[in-house]
Amino acid sequence: MMRGAAFALIKRDMLLARKQGGGAGAALGFILAVMVLVPLAIGPEQALLQRIAPGMMWLALLLAVLLTSDRMFQQDFEDGSLDVMSMGHLPFELVTLIKALAHWLTVGLPLALITPPLGLLLNIDVYQMPTLWGTMILGSLALSMLASIGGAVTAGLRRGGLLVSLLILPFYVPVLIFGVAAATASLGPTSSTPALIVLSAITLMSVVVAPWASATALKAYLR
Amino acid sequence: MTLPQRLKAENLACERGGRLVFSNVNFTLNAGEMLELRGANGSGKSSLLRLLAGLNLASAGLISYENGSPDLSLAEQAHYIGHADANKPALTVSENLNFWTTFLGGSQTQLQAFNLEVLADDQALLLSSGQRRRLALSRLHCAHRPVWLLDEPDVGLDSASRLILQNHIARHLDEGGIALVATHAEFGFKAAKTLNMGERQ
Repeated sequence: MMRGAAFALIKRDMLLARKQGGGAGAALGFILAVMVLVPLAIGPEQALLQRIAPGMMWLALLLAVLLTSDRMFQQDFEDGSLDVMSMGHLPFELVTLIKALAHWLTVGLPLALITPPLGLLLNIDVYQMPTLWGTMILGSLALSMLASIGGAVTAGLRRGGLLVSLLILPFYVPVLIFGVAAATASLGPTSSTPALIVLSAITLMSVVVAPWASATALKAYLR
Repeated sequence: MTLPQRLKAENLACERGGRLVFSNVNFTLNAGEMLELRGANGSGKSSLLRLLAGLNLASAGLISYENGSPDLSLAEQAHYIGHADANKPALTVSENLNFWTTFLGGSQTQLQAFNLEVLADDQALLLSSGQRRRLALSRLHCAHRPVWLLDEPDVGLDSASRLILQNHIARHLDEGGIALVATHAEFGFKAAKTLNMGERQ
């Protein structure tokens, strides 16, 4: 019965993301804009672009996910859906986990898949692509999970975007550091494995902590 | 043979934003009984229903629910229909209701309960406010839950739909359920107990 409820929820959220649009499309546009504009702003020096490319791509991905996070719970909070969800048999922590997972599947994952190829605009080395794909897919899950905390804390605020950014940014710092470190190391003499391991650890921890934190924040709102 | 249920509230008080909304609320509801909540705007009818649904915290008092499922909380055995109707405008009527049916652990969607079959494939966006209300009320039949908490359920309903709603409540009570209904209109149940929440405190 609980599994049925979980599948129903993830199906509904993905259907809503498709029908309402907005989220992933706007974020993709943002990433595309960064990729196109950075070479114009920095200048066409290929070696320099190649050096800063992984950092720029990670930054674009991170800010794009952040852009969509304030909507994660807001509508469900306003139209009373969260009230009813808190009365179901599914623990509320699982509800927030599933909603964050749906956010990852509809926003984080597609962006993580599309960003490395877009990095060709920044003259990235093609040998970096597999590492970038790996770290971004892994890291975007952490980004979505952490974004759910921000979305939950600002669910009842009309314009929570600014607050989400300020709240979540500190949590994004380690994801950014180790994501970029792994991608950069894949070119140099050092191994990218240590950074990858730390990134995996951060992702796993965010999957455990974020649903609990957002459930607590949302319950405080409902009361 | 299951024992008849009983919902009991003793000395309930609720505080919202530092203001005491109500205090000293007592009632006992046995299986098949209904409680009509009356009172002025702001007297705490909605707060009391949300409190029973586990969506508010009581600042004092005790709620006990006897002979329900032992491993479920009261909130998990109650349907709460509040002012917000918890439906997504982008989804169709049947998509909305199918989701709640599965989520709340029911087996079959009851579109016919409030005559929504003809609207099944319409987006909820296109519904009138009365139809939206009927869609929200259809949640009552998504899964069987013994306690119904209805916050002004008749707002926006036409007289035919009101009658349907009254019939549903009557049948629910006949089957040994419990209902709490906040309302300004006369619901006209002879058996109904009335709790007057009084003026805004």
